[in-house]
Amino acid sequence: MKPAPQICFTGSATIDGKQLFAPLTLNINAEQWTCVLGPSGVGKSTILRLIAGLDTFVSFDGQITADDGQSLSGRVAYMAQSDLLFPWLNVADNVGIGASLRGEKVDNDRVAKMIARVGLTDHTNKKPASLSGGQRQRVALARTLMENRPVILLDEPFSALDAKTRSEMHELAAELLSKRTVLLVTHDPAEAARLAHTGYIMQENGVTRMDMPDTTPVRGYDDPDTLNCQGALFRALRGDTPT
Amino acid sequence: MNWKHSIVSAMLLIAIWHVAIQITGVPSFILPPPLKVAKALWFYREIIAQNALITISEILLGLLIGTVLGIGTALQLAASKTARALLRPILVFSQAIPVFALAPILVLWFGFGIWSKVIMAVLIIYFPVTSAFLDGLISTPVGYLDLARTMGATRLKTLFHVRFRAALPSLGSGLRLAAVYAPIGAVIGELVGASKGLGYLMLLANGRVKIDLMFASLIVLAVLTVCLHLTIDALAKRLTKDY
Repeated sequence: MKPAPQICFTGSATIDGKQLFAPLTLNINAEQWTCVLGPSGVGKSTILRLIAGLDTFVSFDGQITADDGQSLSGRVAYMAQSDLLFPWLNVADNVGIGASLRGEKVDNDRVAKMIARVGLTDHTNKKPASLSGGQRQRVALARTLMENRPVILLDEPFSALDAKTRSEMHELAAELLSKRTVLLVTHDPAEAARLAHTGYIMQENGVTRMDMPDTTPVRGYDDPDTLNCQGALFRALRGDTPT
Repeated sequence: MNWKHSIVSAMLLIAIWHVAIQITGVPSFILPPPLKVAKALWFYREIIAQNALITISEILLGLLIGTVLGIGTALQLAASKTARALLRPILVFSQAIPVFALAPILVLWFGFGIWSKVIMAVLIIYFPVTSAFLDGLISTPVGYLDLARTMGATRLKTLFHVRFRAALPSLGSGLRLAAVYAPIGAVIGELVGASKGLGYLMLLANGRVKIDLMFASLIVLAVLTVCLHLTIDALAKRLTKDY
């Protein structure tokens, strides 16, 4: 894998002349997790889609740069809220789909390794319909790892999971996606408190950088630092205290 | 609908038919009783079988060619917005011409043999297959397309690996309709001008006032259509069992 770059996102976006988000700057540090936390509809996912080079319905005025000066095209992997597993393919074929889509030969040994890393070796030949929500997101994580991209964009990928599975996925994702530049968009303060090296609260008037604990993620869900941070993020999100 | 339901429905229909004749006293040259039709079915079994074989060949060939053409057209239209803008109105306009009105022309052009009927069946199923499959192809879940894009998929690979597969349930709906329409096309062709087939046999029987044979042929045709529908339905379900 190529070295993970630092990304700077700066700019504003409008939809049909109406402002979606005011001018803002996000510094997404290399080889760290950056979380953008905010309510629905403020443009969090739009930022992520703009970085991924995906279609948006907005007019973006700004720039997205990597510190190595190279384009982000081909260096980004994407995980969405829905696992986006193809129901007609089994676990192994879903994990290796990237190579198939590029017309390349699928490295079956590597596929098996990635499936083993997410603990699903026994389910290799199963179709997604026979897996639980947590297992499906693990497959999606294995598929993301298989792409071996230095930049990972996560659009609320754990939000549909139950609390226990979600906390387990936090730990697995933090372990497997270390040494990569990760941008996580979420509306869950607890998730941001556990996973983020750097945290931003995004609201209609822009973003605010939040103080995160000095400890290294992934933080314990009942760690006092995590709980304090979670509370602070919640307050900021609700506008209960000046930020 | 399954086999058991079909048999129960048929029994019910025969019972209503029998009771209706008993109550109204309608003469058998207008509506022969079920037993007389059953006897005719047995007595003329050879001639019915020979003609049914012709009609089945026309239906299956029409179904095959119409499906291949429909899939090909839908793929072409899905791949190009320009093609869609240009050809879709023509496709819709072509449906404004009643297929029944085309039957004499097709017989004139392609003769009394099976091909005028095959083409008739093709014309009648081409639109539902194309339309249903195209709808499926252009309504692929956006998430699948986003994923394919971030993975660097080519347009062609996306079309065949993602959009084609995701559209199979829609194709299944189109094929279910086609299974019911194709026999209509073939029989209209036979009624307009033919020397073989169940439609021809019905016309012949009508001319010779062999109403029992006419009804026997009609029942065979109906049974064939139901069998075809059930077979296609089972195939479509099998094709999309993981969705």
